Amino acid sequence: MQTALRTSLPETELADRANFAPQARIVREERPVQTSGLPLSIRGLRKSFGDNEVLRGIDLHIPVGQFVAIVGKSGCGKSTLLRLVAGLETIDAGSIGFGQDVQPEDIRVMFQEPRLLPWARVLDNVEVGLGRDRASSDAHARAEKALTEVGLVDKRDQWPSVLSGGQKQRVALARALVSRPRVLALDEPLGALDALTRISMQRLLERVWRDQGFTAILVTHDVSEAVALADRVLVIEEGRIAHDVTVNAARPRERGSVELAGLEGSILSHLLSADDRT
Amino acid sequence: MSLIDSVSLPRSFRLPRVDGLIQWIVPLAIIAIWQVASVTGFVPTRVLPAPSDVVLAGWKLLLSGELVRNIWVSFWRASIGFLIGGGIGFAFGLANGLSQLSAKLTDTTLQMVRNVPHLALIPLVILWFGIDESAKLFLVALGVFFPIYLNTLHGIRTVDPQLIEMGRIYGMSDGELFRRVIFPGALPSIFVGIRFALGIMWLTLIVAETIAASSGLGYMAMQAREFMLIDVVVLSILIYALLGKLADSASRVLERLTLSWHPAFQKR
Repeated sequence: MQTALRTSLPETELADRANFAPQARIVREERPVQTSGLPLSIRGLRKSFGDNEVLRGIDLHIPVGQFVAIVGKSGCGKSTLLRLVAGLETIDAGSIGFGQDVQPEDIRVMFQEPRLLPWARVLDNVEVGLGRDRASSDAHARAEKALTEVGLVDKRDQWPSVLSGGQKQRVALARALVSRPRVLALDEPLGALDALTRISMQRLLERVWRDQGFTAILVTHDVSEAVALADRVLVIEEGRIAHDVTVNAARPRERGSVELAGLEGSILSHLLSADDRT
Repeated sequence: MSLIDSVSLPRSFRLPRVDGLIQWIVPLAIIAIWQVASVTGFVPTRVLPAPSDVVLAGWKLLLSGELVRNIWVSFWRASIGFLIGGGIGFAFGLANGLSQLSAKLTDTTLQMVRNVPHLALIPLVILWFGIDESAKLFLVALGVFFPIYLNTLHGIRTVDPQLIEMGRIYGMSDGELFRRVIFPGALPSIFVGIRFALGIMWLTLIVAETIAASSGLGYMAMQAREFMLIDVVVLSILIYALLGKLADSASRVLERLTLSWHPAFQKR
């Protein structure tokens, strides 16, 4: 399985990157085999809530299959950006493009709260993620497969209330992945978990991302999580992208390594210096 | 280890049986004391007949068919009134919970009507309907309407908005969203309404039947009072208590079946 992941890039994806992302300088050796991801082009994106302008012109290109982390102080607009990408808010100005027409099933969101239906068994909760394919005959099998991927197939007939916080979030991940999305938007999905569960969830996220090749956008307040998972870390300040940091560390990454710690430190100092200015 | 096993196992076997009996200790003790008090003449039978006399009276009425007929009439009135009032209350609760327009249009009016004690309408209802069946059904329906309306509305309004957003993201249609998210989310609150309504249902029926009826349990009690049959009066009251308990148990069973996902119902 792991060796299969190390095969060379399909031509289409190379072309994609050549066209859209010369500045990204990704030199990752291991690419997912399936390039099911979608590229993301954001131009001049603005969003206000009342008089409060949350996003003040975001320009961003994310190539196919990239794992992008967005960090920033609370209220900087990072969650708003994610919600706009996921289509949960309307755009005031600018555009978000995926390079082609997308189906609702192509883009999935995972929130800080698992948001499982308490009155539905685990398997039924995962089936919700199939969207319009819920009624199809293989819905059960697909939901079971997604549960197997997150290692919870033995809990298929349980009520969500008996699961631990980490297990609930894994079910939510299975629900998000069951429709094989091409973009996965993650809004601090691990924020409410304890440190150990967090690390194992990070590993799980990285694994499914590498297996499935979707484009991942992770909003987090945890800079070490951002550098551990992402190819690229965006720092948002006052509604604009203030820094765009490429993380070149090879995967699997060693948490706490000097390289990652150095990056984490420099991103943190960006964040803190912004704090000093205000 | 083996010591803990040998201690805990018999305990867990014994507990459920004791639990089942424990709730009947107090009622049985009261009846026993009551019987002794009557037999010894401590309580004169003109004030309160002995339990044995009440049972005897019940047996006689059972043989004559009067008891069954009256219980059936009361039960029928209670259920039909409950279905009508509960149905309308549920419908209004749904409409006002789901539609802002509907809520603006009717909620204020309903809240005003709610503050009129429905039993105060008895004179008016008698003038409208006489002592016909419809008078009793109207009163029961009116009494049952409000707890079900209020709790359905409250249940729908307090469904977790995050779950509704989740349902929308995953492409649920309005119908699906209602069936899979809103209704199950409102159900615990709806059950609270049902149990309140059941209490009001019996209360309304008793009052209505004692004031204006020619059949039913309340009527039987009033007739017995006319002829100084105090044992029949007490019997009617006890039957009301029993029916009330029965209705409550039925709603509990229903609750247990439909809310099995709820942590509160997963203990056993």
